[in-house]
Amino acid sequence: MSSATPTIEKPPYRVVGTRPIRPDGVDKVTGRAIFGADVRLSGLLHGRVLRSPHAHARIKSIDTRAAEALPGVKAVVTGHDFPDPQNKVAASGEGTVNLRSLAHNCIARDKVLYFGHAVAAVAATTPNIAEEALKLITVEYELLPHVLDVREAMRPDAPLLHDDLRTNEMGQRAETPSNIANHTRHERGDVNQAFAEAAVVVEREFRTSMVHQGYIEPQNGTALWNADGQISVWCSTQAPFDERNQLAEILGMPVSKIKVTPTEIGGGFGGKLSVFLEPLAAMLSKKAGHRPVKMAMNRAEVLAATAPTSGSYIRVKIGADKNGCIVAAQAWMVYEAGAFPGSPVDAGAGVIFAPYRIPNVLIDAYDVVVNKPRAGAYRAPGATNAAFASESVIDELAEKLGIDPLEFRILNGAKEGDRRADGPVYKRIGFIETAQAAKAHPHYSAPLAPSRLDPEGKNPAIKRGRGVAAGFWFNWGGKSSAWASLNPDGTVSLIEGSPDIGGSRASIAMQLAESLGVRAEDVKPAVVDTDSVGYNDATGGSRVTFGTGWVAWRLGEKLKQQLKARAALLWEVTPDQVKAEAGVFSCNGRSITLKELAGKLDETGGPIVASDTFESDEYGPGFGVHIVDLEVDTETGKVQILRYTAAQDVGTAIHPAYVEGQLQGGVAQGIGWALNEEFVYDAQGHLLNASFLDYRIPTALDLPMIDTVLVEVPNPGHPYGVRGVGETPIVPPAGAVANAIYHAIGARMTALPMSPARILEAQGKA
Amino acid sequence: MQPFAYAAPTSIVETVSLLTQHSGQARLLAGGTDLLVQLKENRRQAALVIDIKRIPELNALSYSPEAGLRIGAAVSCHRICAEPAIRQAYPGLIDAVSLIGGAQIQSRASLGGNLGNASPAADSIPALIVHHAVCEVEGPAGRRDIPAEAFCVGPGRNALQAGELLVAIRAPSPPPRFGAAYLRFIPRNEMDIAVAGAGASVILNEAGDTIVSARVALGAVAPTPLLVEAAGAALAGQPPTAEVIEQAARIAQSVAQPITDMRGTASQRRHLAWVLSRRALEQAVARAQATR
Repeated sequence: MSSATPTIEKPPYRVVGTRPIRPDGVDKVTGRAIFGADVRLSGLLHGRVLRSPHAHARIKSIDTRAAEALPGVKAVVTGHDFPDPQNKVAASGEGTVNLRSLAHNCIARDKVLYFGHAVAAVAATTPNIAEEALKLITVEYELLPHVLDVREAMRPDAPLLHDDLRTNEMGQRAETPSNIANHTRHERGDVNQAFAEAAVVVEREFRTSMVHQGYIEPQNGTALWNADGQISVWCSTQAPFDERNQLAEILGMPVSKIKVTPTEIGGGFGGKLSVFLEPLAAMLSKKAGHRPVKMAMNRAEVLAATAPTSGSYIRVKIGADKNGCIVAAQAWMVYEAGAFPGSPVDAGAGVIFAPYRIPNVLIDAYDVVVNKPRAGAYRAPGATNAAFASESVIDELAEKLGIDPLEFRILNGAKEGDRRADGPVYKRIGFIETAQAAKAHPHYSAPLAPSRLDPEGKNPAIKRGRGVAAGFWFNWGGKSSAWASLNPDGTVSLIEGSPDIGGSRASIAMQLAESLGVRAEDVKPAVVDTDSVGYNDATGGSRVTFGTGWVAWRLGEKLKQQLKARAALLWEVTPDQVKAEAGVFSCNGRSITLKELAGKLDETGGPIVASDTFESDEYGPGFGVHIVDLEVDTETGKVQILRYTAAQDVGTAIHPAYVEGQLQGGVAQGIGWALNEEFVYDAQGHLLNASFLDYRIPTALDLPMIDTVLVEVPNPGHPYGVRGVGETPIVPPAGAVANAIYHAIGARMTALPMSPARILEAQGKA
Repeated sequence: MQPFAYAAPTSIVETVSLLTQHSGQARLLAGGTDLLVQLKENRRQAALVIDIKRIPELNALSYSPEAGLRIGAAVSCHRICAEPAIRQAYPGLIDAVSLIGGAQIQSRASLGGNLGNASPAADSIPALIVHHAVCEVEGPAGRRDIPAEAFCVGPGRNALQAGELLVAIRAPSPPPRFGAAYLRFIPRNEMDIAVAGAGASVILNEAGDTIVSARVALGAVAPTPLLVEAAGAALAGQPPTAEVIEQAARIAQSVAQPITDMRGTASQRRHLAWVLSRRALEQAVARAQATR
């Protein structure tokens, strides 16, 4: 199922690289884990949200009197119950968020900006009463013209979402309002001259649709605004500390008054980095006489009104000389920000040419607001759109030059010391090794995988093809804090603040176990509330196994130093004379195990704890190269994925099974994005497919076993060589699938999703 | 979701009386796979939900080569698929019924419910049409039969009159050299509602070289499932060749009046009406030939 290709010799680790059972596994498979829906407090009220049926409208009035009069209703809030925060930018995952925008996104003030925008919320003694009360709220709207398409939104005569939005034009603030929030440019060399001299130039335009992370657990939050002004919030979040900060601004309360407890999380993928329901639940709690209020979205609300990621329009032009060396690359990228500025277009601009060494580059990136939900992060935010465009053009260039597509990528691949298109110079990276591993994989030399739609090979309408694509993600370091205490039986309680969305309890505990010299099972990790551990940035940007893992490594070292001192005390030597090796402390022929020493804490000076914090920019980027075999029923346009192999530079795989799982999960989501997922709006801006029936993520029946190749190029910036692994694998699939479809049917697909209808259109059939 | 009253009558007479008393306000519950979801999402309203699973006749399933097939309106899809004799005799129906949901839905969802819900995209209805099925309904005025192709009158609307309920679905025993098939197109391999569907049935002559009669029916390309009589007429008396089938499939395509929605485009559906009719006919012919 997976093969590891160690390219650099690793030290002989005892714990790192093994596959222990996850510490949270039993609770999750037995249903004991506490998710947001399991939070029950005495006197609990249930909140529901009234949402805009319009894409763009001015709120003329809201009459909540009839709702308030319904027996069982305890509070109703609208935007006017909230303070109006300043335009202030704060951290949100690996990106940032404008807190005023966020406040207005949680509940509309004067205008609704998208279908599903929250307008009012009700707390009642039962969910049904809350639901019924929503029907008694009268909102008078003045409909405004709306705009859904980014390029239409860029026109000077487009309906404006925000009267006060001025384009940040490469640092200069424009004078007139616009839907273009930001324009960034990256420029190096002279692309025009290089294109003029190139032997081959390919230019194409691409469109992608807004897509959703599709996590299983809907957004939820329970809040108690106590009479003493203390606010407790339980919620499903990747970012409890960011959310504490967001809540403070939106509610006008100091952070010290707010405690956020992250419950177990049923998926996030970047969609749970900011608050949605939590401020509403808190304000309802305050208005309802300080009773706790629980809120949870249904699937339609999740799809219509959370933080899906941007649809986009991208034009890519790449030129190469006759030897196959890329001489210039240009991209013009426009991303939907949704209702408020902040699309991941700048990340897309960093990703689009990242795997390649290119002397002349020009990238223009535009962040444009449209009447859709505020775009958020989704697993390598902005990257899949970008790589779909660039990797399609790279494939076409390789074909025109008659060079094997992986050979072409290796020939032009970026290495240590090369400068990325958007500026930074690479340290040690593993792109070339990854592309070589993909090329050497048996998949690449094997015949096309056998057909599933037509196993007997009788139907000439079934065509098969193979495609490859590369992808890049920055990864992130961020800030982490954690502490640990040694128990008298020699185990360690590890207290951390990074919500575990991808097996990080295990991978963090393993790093402490490695450095201290105990078994992985001897470390008991717990994810705690914001009052019980130091600050942690979000679980996002593939940073936690790197950053919080680094802290865990240090905690192990610190505990070990203190244990050496205790042993030294017993033996009347100095601590530096004590050696520690694999959980055994020794000096001059005497030795004592860690467990024995832990049993003597009381006689050697009392408890041992350690705490540490971390901030680093030494995170290493990750590269992936994917190979896919698929078949197309040319008469129906249906695509069936037949075989898939994902190779990735993963640094050091702390827990290889979870690394493989991350690769497989990213590929699964990437294939969904490639083939069927899209937000479908009608002409009035209503979301038509707000259900998992019609928002089509792949099922288990739609995917083959996804083979993984872990290429281990350790990150020199981490004690165990960790690189983030979770995001890179969603970057290549759309491009790989597009290239495979081309090789099957001879048509270049330039829009996502590559749905059956689009594949029929591309063949001129419908 | 609005609160509603619940009744579980044990006879058809009692049910008709409840339906009459609560005219327009009552909804019938069999497996609940459509109704409960619709009620929860406020897509349908009901003051009274009448559970019909305790009525013996609605739970009866019988088949014999002499009497044909009779499926009580509340019989689950799983029970139908579990009968080898039914699987053998009604291949088109089995194609369709086995597509309705996964194992859990199969054991709750009923064929009667699929008809009653009257979705233009219902998988079972084109299959019932090509098997010449008839819907047996009972109301204040007694019993009457409605052919499957006339049961739906619009999206979500069926031909039942006030106080009437669907009691059973009957299909005649297939003659020798009969074959049928139902195919639908969905973008994924499960979990989807048909973008388009087509059922086909043929009866071949003794030599197997001539189509004696045929039926073609389409789903999801019009406000109701469609019986394409002209396609059947074009096939009758013709040899089961690729050209003849192609011509019938083109006729089926020409009567499709699809719309564009979040599940597919009109032009995609028109195209699929042709592809699926052709493939369903080919399969029906192959199955008919296999019975010789």
